Parts: sequence; structure tokens; C-alpha cells
Amino acid sequence: MVLLTLMAAVTIGIVRARNLFAVVVLSGIYSFLMASVMIVLDAVDVAMTEASVGAGMSMVLMLGVLYLTKVEEAVPSHTPWLPLFVAVGTAAVLLYGTVGLPPFGAAENIVHAHVAPRYLEQSIAETTVPNVVTSVLASYRGFDTLGETVVIFTAGFAVLLLLRGRRRSRPSDDA
Amino acid sequence: MKFDLILRIASKLLLPFILLFALYVQFHGDYGPGGGFQAGVIGAAMVILYAIIFGLEAAKRAVPPIVVETMIALGALLFAGVGVTSMLLGGEFLNYSVLAHEPAHGQHLGILLVELGVLITVAGTMVTFFYTFAGRGR
Repeated sequence: MVLLTLMAAVTIGIVRARNLFAVVVLSGIYSFLMASVMIVLDAVDVAMTEASVGAGMSMVLMLGVLYLTKVEEAVPSHTPWLPLFVAVGTAAVLLYGTVGLPPFGAAENIVHAHVAPRYLEQSIAETTVPNVVTSVLASYRGFDTLGETVVIFTAGFAVLLLLRGRRRSRPSDDA
Repeated sequence: MKFDLILRIASKLLLPFILLFALYVQFHGDYGPGGGFQAGVIGAAMVILYAIIFGLEAAKRAVPPIVVETMIALGALLFAGVGVTSMLLGGEFLNYSVLAHEPAHGQHLGILLVELGVLITVAGTMVTFFYTFAGRGR
């Protein structure tokens, strides 16, 4: 609860701040709080990913982008009512969706009754890997992980194509 | 930043331990939290810290861009290669049980290799992101 309150405070800070450097630092704080929430929920692997990717890598990339652009946020040229309406509408739809969810953490939920018990019971016997997260990620769901790796591969090459190719074709454009 | 003595010495001390932690997260992923994704990002963070403190050129000399760009493809190829190998050995695609004499050992080996592929691709992609973004300003 303390963590969630802090996250809400950081979000308000992000919305109110005009200095983009402060926004980047605040979003890093948000990611670390999110990682702490994941630890509270016993999802250590997810917490580790959130701390390294969300707080570490995205912050470095954001700072790299800030180095190329201005630090101050531009004054918006339109009224904030339409974005506010979209945001509040999305929040309302999401809140309405949570009403239909099964009770949080209950043992008889569908997600805990499908394939999860089989993974938990057979994982050590079948893969000798004590960390069930790893055995599910790499072995039972190996095909999905291959897809994720290919997504990262595609992202890397897309960035290379976009940022490298432009410089070569228009060398005078580069400051 | 380049002439800040304390930052340079402190990061010099930290760099090997960051890499060691990345390798620990990678190869201990079977037993504790962690795996290829996390280890790849931590390893890339080491290169990026080096680039921030010692300059982009020094980092590119230590870890050339051509190497990181090859790593992007190499990791995905390793992952898919494990799948194809298991097919050639008579199993289904990505069925690691056929990789060794005992199914459990095969699973272990397969998971290790696949996580290594993920590590290589993630680290290569992250460092490439940083190189291309940081290289645009100059």
C-alpha cells in the first residue's frame, strides 16, 4: 500500500513536471517502485527485469534522447481536454474490466487450475531445473521465448536501419 | 565527465563486478531468479557505463559495433539452431530431451544454450541501441 501510494505520487510528479530530465528521473523511480511491488508479490524474476530494463536501460536511452533534444517540455498548442477525456475514459474502461476478474490470489482461479499445477509438480522431474520460472520460460514455453528473442532481434535491426541508413543517405543533415 | 577522477576509478572498480553479476544471473538462472534477458541487460549496462565514463570512442574500441551487431543475429540463430538440432536428433522443434542421453540432462543443456542465445541477442541489441542513439549527436 505504501508502495502504491508512492507510485501514485510519482505519477502526479511526472504529469506536473515540465523539465524532461526530472521526468526521466521520476520514471526511473517509478520503475524501481514497480520492481519493489513485484518483490512483494514474490515475482522476483519480473522484479529483476523491471529494475534492469525499466529503471536502467530505458533511463539511459531516454537520457541519450534528451541529449539530442531540448530539456524543457514545449508548451502544448491545444487544450488538455481531449487527452484528459481519453485518459479518464481508458481508466474507466480498465476499472470496469477489473470488476469481472476473479478474486486476487484465490487458489481456485482458472489460471491456477489449468497447466500451472502440472508445471509445478513435474518441472523438477522433467527438467532438473529448480527455478520453475526458467523451466517454463525456456523449456515448456520455449517457442514463445524464441518469438520474444526474434522480436528483440527485429527491434535491434530496425533501429540500425532507421538511424544508420538516414545518416548515410543525407550526410549534411547530421549536426 | 571524462576527467572526473573519482567517477573513473569507481567505475573501473565496478565494471568487472557488474560483468560477474551478469554471468552469475545467467548461469545461476536455473537455480535462482534471473535468466538470459536480465543477464543480457546487465551485461549491456556494463558496456554503457564504460561508454558514459570513458567516452563512446573508447567503448567502441573495446567492444566494436560490428561485434555487437553480429551478436544480435548470433543469439537468435543459436536459439533457433538448438531447435533445429533437436529436430535433427529425432525430437520435435525445441524438444531438448533428445540433446543428451538422459532426457533431464538434455533439458538442462537445452535451457542453458537457449538462455545463452537470449543473452547474446539482448546484450547486442541494447548496446546497439546505445551506440546508435549516442552516436547521432556528434
